[in-house]
Amino acid sequence: MKRTVPLMIVMVGGILMILQYFIPHQISQTVLAYYTDWTPIILAFALILGVGSLTRIHSHKIRRKSKNWQYSWAVLIPLYLMPVLAHIWPQSLGGGMDSPSIFHFTFMHVQVSIQATMFSLLAFYIASAAFRAFRAKSALATLLLLAAVVVMLGQVPIGALLGKWLPETGLWILRYPNLAAKRAIMLGVGFGMLATNLKIIFGVERNWLGGAGK
Amino acid sequence: MRKNWIVVPALMILLLLPALSVAQGVDEILTPAAEEQLEEPDSWLDTPGAVTVRDKENDAGDKLVVSFELPADTEGIFAYNVYRRFAGEVGEDTWSLIEVIPAGEPTEFIDGYDPEFPVEPGVLYEYRVASATVDGEEFFGPIFEADTVSAGEIYHTGKTRVLIAAGMFIFLIFYYFGKAQRGAKMYLRPIAGIEAIDEAIGRATEMGKPILYVPGLSSIADVATIASLTILGRVAKKIAQYQTPLIVPNRDPIVYTVAEEVVKQAYLEAGRPDAYDPDSVFFLTTSQFAFVAGVNGMMMREKPATNFYLGMFWAESLLLAETGSLSGAIQIAGTDAVTQLPFFITTCDYTLIGEELYAASAYLGREPKQIGALKGQDACKAIIMTFITAALIFGIIDVVANTHILDWLRDLVTSPIIE
Repeated sequence: MKRTVPLMIVMVGGILMILQYFIPHQISQTVLAYYTDWTPIILAFALILGVGSLTRIHSHKIRRKSKNWQYSWAVLIPLYLMPVLAHIWPQSLGGGMDSPSIFHFTFMHVQVSIQATMFSLLAFYIASAAFRAFRAKSALATLLLLAAVVVMLGQVPIGALLGKWLPETGLWILRYPNLAAKRAIMLGVGFGMLATNLKIIFGVERNWLGGAGK
Repeated sequence: MRKNWIVVPALMILLLLPALSVAQGVDEILTPAAEEQLEEPDSWLDTPGAVTVRDKENDAGDKLVVSFELPADTEGIFAYNVYRRFAGEVGEDTWSLIEVIPAGEPTEFIDGYDPEFPVEPGVLYEYRVASATVDGEEFFGPIFEADTVSAGEIYHTGKTRVLIAAGMFIFLIFYYFGKAQRGAKMYLRPIAGIEAIDEAIGRATEMGKPILYVPGLSSIADVATIASLTILGRVAKKIAQYQTPLIVPNRDPIVYTVAEEVVKQAYLEAGRPDAYDPDSVFFLTTSQFAFVAGVNGMMMREKPATNFYLGMFWAESLLLAETGSLSGAIQIAGTDAVTQLPFFITTCDYTLIGEELYAASAYLGREPKQIGALKGQDACKAIIMTFITAALIFGIIDVVANTHILDWLRDLVTSPIIE
């Protein structure tokens, strides 16, 4: 029972969704809307479990004085402080950039700044990854390096100044060999998705059921 | 007599006055009336003709195709305002402006796309179109009652080719399911990334360090996430056998709950339920870069010996993999995000490219049905490759012999993306 019911739900739901794709009728659209409406409801309840998990792990760390337990405060304090500021003390939501409230100030000047910092690190990481990728160790790596140089120069104004062929060749590389490889991967991904979905719908793949799968 | 004498000159003056005024350019006396007569035709715009309404095919019954005849004289028309109301309604306030079509644009449009003015199935509507000046002045044409109502179809005729292809692929996959179950031997091409999983787990065990498994950053609705969770189950079972610590941070709360169940079951199957640490699978945050910061912090503090990044990734892929590389971990990545693959290939030791992510579960499990599904996929790819080769040959024939066989093939297998 523990295994059959979830498998039946998945099978019926999966087949319904396949049929729904081919039926444009309003009843079919209503079924789709009904199914998709469940997602935010499940997400809301799962979020409670998620926050509970995070709280449990970090409170354990603090209680046991595990290694680096001090960092757990850095997780727990903002985790509960922000909802308190937003919901229990709604006045803190007011203001704007000129006269920011506490919530606004914390969001704009702490969270946004930290996220922007993380994202900007990407520029440096791309440079180091490119350096590693473009080392001409073999004939193929040299070919990759040459293609990369042509494409990169073709994207900037100096490339056109060096020669009209540079942007044209860069564009050709992007449009033909690069796009062909991309499409081949996407085609494989499409079939992989189809096979995975069928395996799940027809109960061949049951690992996702966890304890109920066996 | 005296009376008659006055009438004759008076009549003469009256007759001469207009002639004199025109001749002398003194037309002030008659100007207001003359101007009105001259300008009146200019201020009136010609109005559009008949409005035709038909039901849109292959929809949910919430769209109508509306077209109207252009006026004979389009001079001075800036746009056409199309109004709609329920049939039988009266009063000016019952009309709703549903579409503004600039002059010169096609006069056919689909009514029902605007969520503010939805078309209800089975309801009869009335339409009228107005010619509008640049100042917004409107000149209304006649009212037309639609001679049809919108109705939903039970089959989308434009998707027949998709249905045939899907049916064919489903049949092939099931055919190979059955073949594998009957015990047919099937060859599987070795994939370096999957074969390295055992080695990577063994390395972590020898070093006494944890294994980090990131099941992507997408939701459970993403097939890549589901594929990742199936791999997690098999990887966790091996980890449980070796009793190596496991860390599974999650970005999505639903993925977290499923991942927790999967890992718990894997430990149970491995016969080591006691070794399962409830804190090993946890939810971190839904924020993309906060998640990266948290996982990167774990990598630098805990120094896992092996990192798995399997699932859907976006801009964070390089941030994670580069930090993992700096921490000295052996890294195995797999994603179907084409744009992130170069980053993983550059920074990870092994990368599962695209479909290899979906195949990994079958490779690790070696169950007949799973292998059958893989073979079914290969058969589907063989069909596509046949079509591509045929297209290449037909393209060459078209160029050499000036024929149009490629167009025939294109029409045979493709469907328009936009209706």
